[in-house]
Amino acid sequence: MTALALERVTKAYGSRAVIHETSLEVAAGERVALIGPSGCGKSTLLRMILGLVLPDAGIVRVGKTEVNEQSSRAVRRRVGYVIQDGGLFPHLTAEQNVTLVARLSDDANPTRMRERVRELAELVRLPEGLLSRHPLALSGGERQRVGLMRALMLDPELLLLDEPLGALDPIVRARLQEDLRDAFGKLGKSVLIVTHDMAEAAYLANAIVVMRDGALLQRGTMKELSTSPAHPFVAEFLGAQRTLAEALE
Amino acid sequence: MKRAAWLVALTLLAIAGWTFTTPASADDAKPMRVGSKRFVESYVLAEMVTQLVRQQGVTAQHDQGLGGTAVVFRALEDGAIDVYPEYTGTLAETAVKSGASDLTALRAALAPRGLALSEPLGFENTYALAVSRAVATRLGLTKISDLVAHPELRVALSNEFVGRRDGWPGLVERYGLRFPSPKAIDHALAYEAISRGETDVVDVYTTDAKIVRFDLVVLADDLHFFPPYEAVLVYRADLPRRVPSFARVLDRMRGAIDASAMQRMNARADLDGVPFARVAEDFLAGAGASTRPSAPVGLLAGTLEVVRRHGPRHLMLVVVSLAMSILVGLPLGVLAYSRRRIGVAVLGIAGVVQTIPSLALFCFFIPLLGIGPVPALAALFLYGLLPIIRNTYAGLVSIPADLREAAVAIGLSPTERLRHVELPLASRTILAGIKTSAVVAVGSATIAAFIGAGGFGEPISTGLSLNDVTTILEGAIPSAAMALLVEASFLLVERFVVPRGLQHAR
Repeated sequence: MTALALERVTKAYGSRAVIHETSLEVAAGERVALIGPSGCGKSTLLRMILGLVLPDAGIVRVGKTEVNEQSSRAVRRRVGYVIQDGGLFPHLTAEQNVTLVARLSDDANPTRMRERVRELAELVRLPEGLLSRHPLALSGGERQRVGLMRALMLDPELLLLDEPLGALDPIVRARLQEDLRDAFGKLGKSVLIVTHDMAEAAYLANAIVVMRDGALLQRGTMKELSTSPAHPFVAEFLGAQRTLAEALE
Repeated sequence: MKRAAWLVALTLLAIAGWTFTTPASADDAKPMRVGSKRFVESYVLAEMVTQLVRQQGVTAQHDQGLGGTAVVFRALEDGAIDVYPEYTGTLAETAVKSGASDLTALRAALAPRGLALSEPLGFENTYALAVSRAVATRLGLTKISDLVAHPELRVALSNEFVGRRDGWPGLVERYGLRFPSPKAIDHALAYEAISRGETDVVDVYTTDAKIVRFDLVVLADDLHFFPPYEAVLVYRADLPRRVPSFARVLDRMRGAIDASAMQRMNARADLDGVPFARVAEDFLAGAGASTRPSAPVGLLAGTLEVVRRHGPRHLMLVVVSLAMSILVGLPLGVLAYSRRRIGVAVLGIAGVVQTIPSLALFCFFIPLLGIGPVPALAALFLYGLLPIIRNTYAGLVSIPADLREAAVAIGLSPTERLRHVELPLASRTILAGIKTSAVVAVGSATIAAFIGAGGFGEPISTGLSLNDVTTILEGAIPSAAMALLVEASFLLVERFVVPRGLQHAR
């Protein structure tokens, strides 16, 4: 079973190709990290999955559904999406942010919703007292936890995370990485996470895809990438990540 | 929040309903309407007609100081008023635009328009030029042709006189005057200007009480330029049929007032501050000579009286026009946001409307909607649109791109996004636009009085024509207070409308 499939997808803005004949599969329950330098097309790829950007050629499938203009809104409700800093709406409380889409559905059940919110708060380790706060009264890490809750609220089959921890300080970031890994483990969901931190990718995902200039260079585990890089850039990109040990020398 | 919004809406509707049901006179189906131009004599004469009609047991309403000749004449043509006092020379030049100013020619010209003319009221009020006694003595001025030798004199003329063919341009031509272009000034202020020595030559009406008061010398029209300006009543030709007793009013007014009686009445109203209605009443009762100034009312008491009498109407004008502006402006702002091309056009048109001077816009609606509160509401509504459209658009456009995309990405439909994300996020800006419109409406509504819409502008327009600062203040103070009140009340509204999460921000 594939949770997500991109087949020879191409996207150009004017004459500039952002994504070039790219194919990618995420199996059910698989966690894939997409890494690469800024501007390599990672985010465009992610937005394509949600139908925010439609490909010029090729097919994007979420589950069995082909993503196009008609299907995209239904697809978005089956996919959890987390962006940097949470993307929370400042006029709603944390809880209102989490339940916004659920509240608008026809079979909204307040009791079940409250239960679900409590369950998710526990999963992402957000103190329940913070649920009534507005985003501006939360820290960056807390906002990101709420953003994750919002993405998980409708129990999506696929979770997309676009540099979710990019804006956080190292301590908060490390703690959130742990909590994310725990949550992923408990949920068993398919995950596609965009990052440019190699260690984070290795920590959170079981497969890593390296991307450059709109094309996928190599897919494999961290070990495979470092022992047998398929492209000089893969080796270069891995080598560019300083370790603490190196820095101390 | 939803409940609070409903509460605000219902309260506004209740206020609007209450003010709509308390108009100036509500006793008869369609009262006869008497109009007047914006100067004392016109007020007094119109008041006299109104009272005579009432004496016949017919409901009548005096729409005071509707504007200049063009506005009032058009109001009559459109049937918004039934009768108003006018002068033969004025009719010949501005309204009928035929040269002839004798009654027969005028009647023939007016008949096809469904209008008729009364017999002369008994006095003439012609235009004349006047100079201060000091200037007249120093330069030996007695007639208009004496001015030819003194192009250095400063000339300040009423707005209407400057433009009329039978006014300044014709006069210059006939006499060969060589003044640089004259300064235009409100008629009531011209006397002040000449008494303070800020100007030398002004235009006057020959029955004007201020000629004596300011000790002016009227220059003789030695080349007989000015046509006769006999006072008459112009009325809708079907009026005697609709209101049979109007014939008796015409009869009573025929030749009833001589020039000195008119000058005395002008003096009482203008110099002694006796209310127009009282001046007219006294004359009709044959007590025209008893000059008894009205007991001076304090500014505070006067202002309170103005608030009581004109407040509800002013509030109605503001609330109803603002409600319409919101109902139309908000969706237009949203449209401008979602369809950028249309948006540019909408904002452009609304911007152009905003640049039309308010009095002009008010007058523009007279042929379409008559006079009174309806054209005023239309004009105020248009004025209120731009700030609301612009701020709705600006508020929506300024939503950060990532939030807008997040709303799409979590699967909200366009309507859901607007309702639950975009409008709440833009609410503070939108509300600021509505507040601007409200404050502008409070101010612009004072100008609505010039087209007979009532409100705080009524004492202001009266005060302007009397050059009476106290009366002006009686209208200006409550209007300013209302503007401040509107500002303050919006702080309260903001707490209900703007989501709490946005209130701590910024």
